[in-house]
Amino acid sequence: MKIVVCVKYVPDATADRGFNEDGTTDRESVDSLLSELDEYAIEQALQIVESGVEAEITYLTVGPDDAREALRKALAMGGDKAIHVSDDDIQGSDALGTSLILAKAIEKAGFDLVVCGMASTDGAMGVLPAMIAERLGVPQVTYLDEVSVEGGVVKGRREGDVASETVEASLPAVISVTDRTGEARFPSFKGIMAAKKKPVEELDLDDLEIDSDEVGLSASWSTVDAATARPARTKGEVVTDEGEGGVQLAAFLAAKKFI
Amino acid sequence: MGEILVLVDHVDGAVRKPTLELLTLARRIGEPSAVFLGKGADAATETLGRYGAQKVYVVDAAEVDDYLVVPKADALAQIAESASPAAILVPSSADGREIGARVAVRLGSGLITDAVDVVAGENGPETEQSVFAATYQVRAHVTKGTPIITVKPNAATPEEAPATPAVEAVSVTFSAAATGTKIVATAAREKSDRPELTEADIVVSGGRGVNGAENFVVIERVADALGAAVGASRAAVDAGWYPHSHQVGQTGTQVSPQLYIAAGISGAIQHRAGMQTSKTIVAVNKDEDAPIFDLVDYGVVGDLFKVMPQLEEEINKRK
Ligand SMILES: Cc1cc2nc3c(=O)[nH]c(=O)nc-3n(C[C@H](O)[C@H](O)[C@H](O)COP(=O)(O)OP(=O)(O)OC[C@H]3O[C@@H](n4cnc5c(N)ncnc54)[C@H](O)[C@@H]3O)c2cc1C
Ligand SMILES: Nc1ncnc2c1ncn2[C@@H]1O[C@H](COP(=O)(O)O)[C@@H](O)[C@H]1O
Repeated sequence: MKIVVCVKYVPDATADRGFNEDGTTDRESVDSLLSELDEYAIEQALQIVESGVEAEITYLTVGPDDAREALRKALAMGGDKAIHVSDDDIQGSDALGTSLILAKAIEKAGFDLVVCGMASTDGAMGVLPAMIAERLGVPQVTYLDEVSVEGGVVKGRREGDVASETVEASLPAVISVTDRTGEARFPSFKGIMAAKKKPVEELDLDDLEIDSDEVGLSASWSTVDAATARPARTKGEVVTDEGEGGVQLAAFLAAKKFI
Repeated sequence: MGEILVLVDHVDGAVRKPTLELLTLARRIGEPSAVFLGKGADAATETLGRYGAQKVYVVDAAEVDDYLVVPKADALAQIAESASPAAILVPSSADGREIGARVAVRLGSGLITDAVDVVAGENGPETEQSVFAATYQVRAHVTKGTPIITVKPNAATPEEAPATPAVEAVSVTFSAAATGTKIVATAAREKSDRPELTEADIVVSGGRGVNGAENFVVIERVADALGAAVGASRAAVDAGWYPHSHQVGQTGTQVSPQLYIAAGISGAIQHRAGMQTSKTIVAVNKDEDAPIFDLVDYGVVGDLFKVMPQLEEEINKRK
């Protein structure tokens, strides 16, 4: 079977991220990397294959030229090949636009199982897996803490909004996995060398038969009117406990009317 | 004024607080209609009316309870198609965001997630979001279709505006995909008398410094003295000291209470992403260089096992 893993190349969350004047994410002044939360998706796809499911793993990313770095890292962890969708007209696409591109690319690649991260670490909307499933017309099984695939059925456990749920769907399906599925492996030296020989297919909007006016900033379904840095919190008083720390803290809370 | 659909978040008819906040916000931008999916509408109608719902659409179908997300998206999309609302507000839970996402694709509508405020603007509802681990505030609006906005808990203070809603039972034609993802089993989480994390005015959280499940009682006792919810860092959750449903942060729950107390938590970026917008932040940590102290309104450098019990005692004394 065919497994497609969607991975995103994002500005480093530990750096000072910001915006361009047009309200799009500034991807220039901050180093980017493979979204940490997508490493869990890669790990689970690899584990599904290691559990005995015969499958070919393809990584898919939609992003600028250097997003190829994310694919290289993924391929170094394991898997077979990758698809990079890149086009000047994609810049500034919102979730609806990106989900259209991803869905078309997934259809073109062929799939039985699509594996996503629970959310990107920049957009952090956590909506693309549901949007992709909607566009592909297949079931979604999202926010899984545990995953298994057996006999054409994907099963998992998730923390729902009010209860812990066991869920299942027949393939083809789209799943997303959380950071509770288990730490992702580090690429080995051998893996890094092997990744250099794995094929990365480059596609643009034409290849996916998407009109350039369907995606990108100008076609976006929503617009940012203003993005302002929150004033950094000003550090308040910090005292050292010399036996009265709890009492001092209580006095602060009382002054603030919390007690 | 246009009709605003508000998707009701409830447990067997008990309406959860974020829905009341959504009804309150909806009144700023139009006339709220509640969309109630599942069982227990009778019990919910009075509450929904009290907070201003002019109408309650009710879909009572087994699909809604037994299958994940899609039946709810089917129902909301169908109601939206016939009502042509001016906007749709959905609670920002995992399910809520995904329902919003599917309805957005289906209606060809723009989607804004995790709004912390919604006001009427020149071009329809204007939203406010906190992004990049709450280091930026973004104002945005939807430019295509019916604005669909998922709203975070605590975005507004619920205000009553009593109305007697018209109740309309809707029968939904479910899509073929509706029964695609079956919920095979559910295990309800242990009920506690403490407020829910997302709804609480005060949250008291413990981290790796708490050093053991048996020690979390130190955190719980301060929480109980303040009537607060209990949170935990991922380190504490991963160690198995406290349930995952209490994790605060990027991959846990994002909270924005009046007061956040962090004990034995270093303040990693992923943790900050979930608590940075709290009004007042207080920390107890034995390391004076812990990054959490950069955020605090008040900090105590010290051993949490000394400071927290003393704090609890002092709170109880002052009551
Ligand atoms: C993809 C990803 C997602 C993540 N998501 C989250 C998330 O949602 N939420 C989250 O919290 N983390 C998250 N993390 C983890 C995060 O990076 C940190 O590892 C975590 O927050 C650390 O938890 P901590 O502060 O409790 O532990 P530590 O960083 O180990 O800090 C413990 C602190 O306790 C203090 N201490 C120890 N003993 C005492 C004592 N007796 N009295 C007082 N102070 C004491 C120490 O000085 C130290 O500062 C995520 C990480 C990744 C990679
Ligand atoms: N540009 C992208 N390219 C590939 N996959 C993506 C992209 N954006 C989002 N995804 C996938 O969708 C998941 C959720 O993203 P989001 O809805 O943006 O939070 C991510 O964890 C990825 O698996």
